[in-house]
Amino acid sequence: MSSKVSALDMPDVPMGQLPEHLHLQRTRVVCKADAPVHTEGIQYSGAYASIGVDNSVGVDSFCKSFKVKVVRLTKEEIEFDMIGIDASLANAFRRILIAEVPTMAIEKVLMVNNTSVVADEVLAHRLGLIPLNADPRLFEYLSENDAPNERNTIVYKLDVSCKKGSPRVTVKSDQLKWLPHGSELQMDSHDISSKAKSYTSFSCIQDSLPEFSKKPLGVKFDDIIIAKLGPGQAIELEAHAVKGIGKMHAKWSPVATAWYRMLPEIALLKEVTGADAEKLVKKCPVNVFDIEDIGNAGGKKAVVANPRTCTLCRECIRGVNEELVELRRVKDHFIFTIESTGALSPEELFIEAVKILEDKCDRVISELS
Amino acid sequence: MVSFCLQISVPSEHREKEFAMEHGSATDSSSSTFSLMDEDHTLANSVRYTLNQDPRVIFCGYSIPHPSENKVNIRVQTTGDPAKDVLKDGFQNLMVMCQHVRSTFGKAVDDFRANESPERMKIDTP
Repeated sequence: MSSKVSALDMPDVPMGQLPEHLHLQRTRVVCKADAPVHTEGIQYSGAYASIGVDNSVGVDSFCKSFKVKVVRLTKEEIEFDMIGIDASLANAFRRILIAEVPTMAIEKVLMVNNTSVVADEVLAHRLGLIPLNADPRLFEYLSENDAPNERNTIVYKLDVSCKKGSPRVTVKSDQLKWLPHGSELQMDSHDISSKAKSYTSFSCIQDSLPEFSKKPLGVKFDDIIIAKLGPGQAIELEAHAVKGIGKMHAKWSPVATAWYRMLPEIALLKEVTGADAEKLVKKCPVNVFDIEDIGNAGGKKAVVANPRTCTLCRECIRGVNEELVELRRVKDHFIFTIESTGALSPEELFIEAVKILEDKCDRVISELS
Repeated sequence: MVSFCLQISVPSEHREKEFAMEHGSATDSSSSTFSLMDEDHTLANSVRYTLNQDPRVIFCGYSIPHPSENKVNIRVQTTGDPAKDVLKDGFQNLMVMCQHVRSTFGKAVDDFRANESPERMKIDTP
């Protein structure tokens, strides 16, 4: 600890700008050996009014400072950095991605025959979890009083059997056949005179519609095991897929998962040289630190080479090192990762999520006026 | 203080219950609690953030009275402006921010694709 200094001898706090320690508290989470500190976001616009600092972030300044940088983009996955945004918004996007972006999933299963060892309800549940290759934006929700039609329902058929005396059969998701005509099963009717009705009322064949004619509404992955059949067993069923959101059931969640982490920042508080530097580099299991030569005397010092890979294992601050290294997280820099289940590409999913938040705002504004 | 409960939306035929409600005072419009139905932390926490950024807001917070009820209460106290207008501005700001996020993200994805494709071609062609 430093020796006592009279307050009168201390330099004045500059007005209109935050002192260094407050700036650190505002913008960084500091991860100490036992627990992180300054984890809260300082949101209130007048938080620093007493020292003449305006903490408000107007929309204009947000728009100026906000940045997005894509790190990795594949068909299934996107990783990108969002810089200059508050955790509340980043979290809203994450929550919407998981629970509120709609997809299509099998909701109703009509069992005709199931002599397999998989019970009806287990089989139906397994079918529900199969990702479908259907763009949910082309469909409408099926509400309680609606009849299932070509705009809100996709019908699949599964008819598999294993002959007596033949080896066991593995039923995979590619055996689910899309029925663009709608249901082939007839509803039970007590009135003999009336025409037999099917379980769906399609007014046209689904693949005659331009949006589905090019892209058949199959399953996303062909090799998902649904059940295994022994000799003499059979499954015959029809599965009806509808639009829904992850809040109702996780099968409608469009993401395998979506998550974010704050950017790690590692500060060396003192210069770490020689054997200490070697020790520090060795301590980190993900090679955050590196050694740099200083001068031509053969001296070595530790530098922070890859802070992004830090997993916050805190191995580097265990024991004596706490005064050498400080682990921090940048509060407004999010490394966001989205893993899609296939119905929409990950970048489309994020855009849909942001649109949903906009719609929510729009709804409240129109209700309030 | 006279308190009142103002129903903002007229229940339409399609909707059984109203979506947004203001619970405030008849004499002082600068502080009110708003009840939003069918919303959760997603919207309430985001709008709390935008409202706290507004210098006209003295206090803003939200609560979910019961976890099995899909409802949030948002409390807004202002320096004098009607709380309802300030809340509306908060939602408006949130919407503008979302639009900006969307366009920035779209641009970033396009940039990434533009930068990536030449590198891929290099790998493909020996």
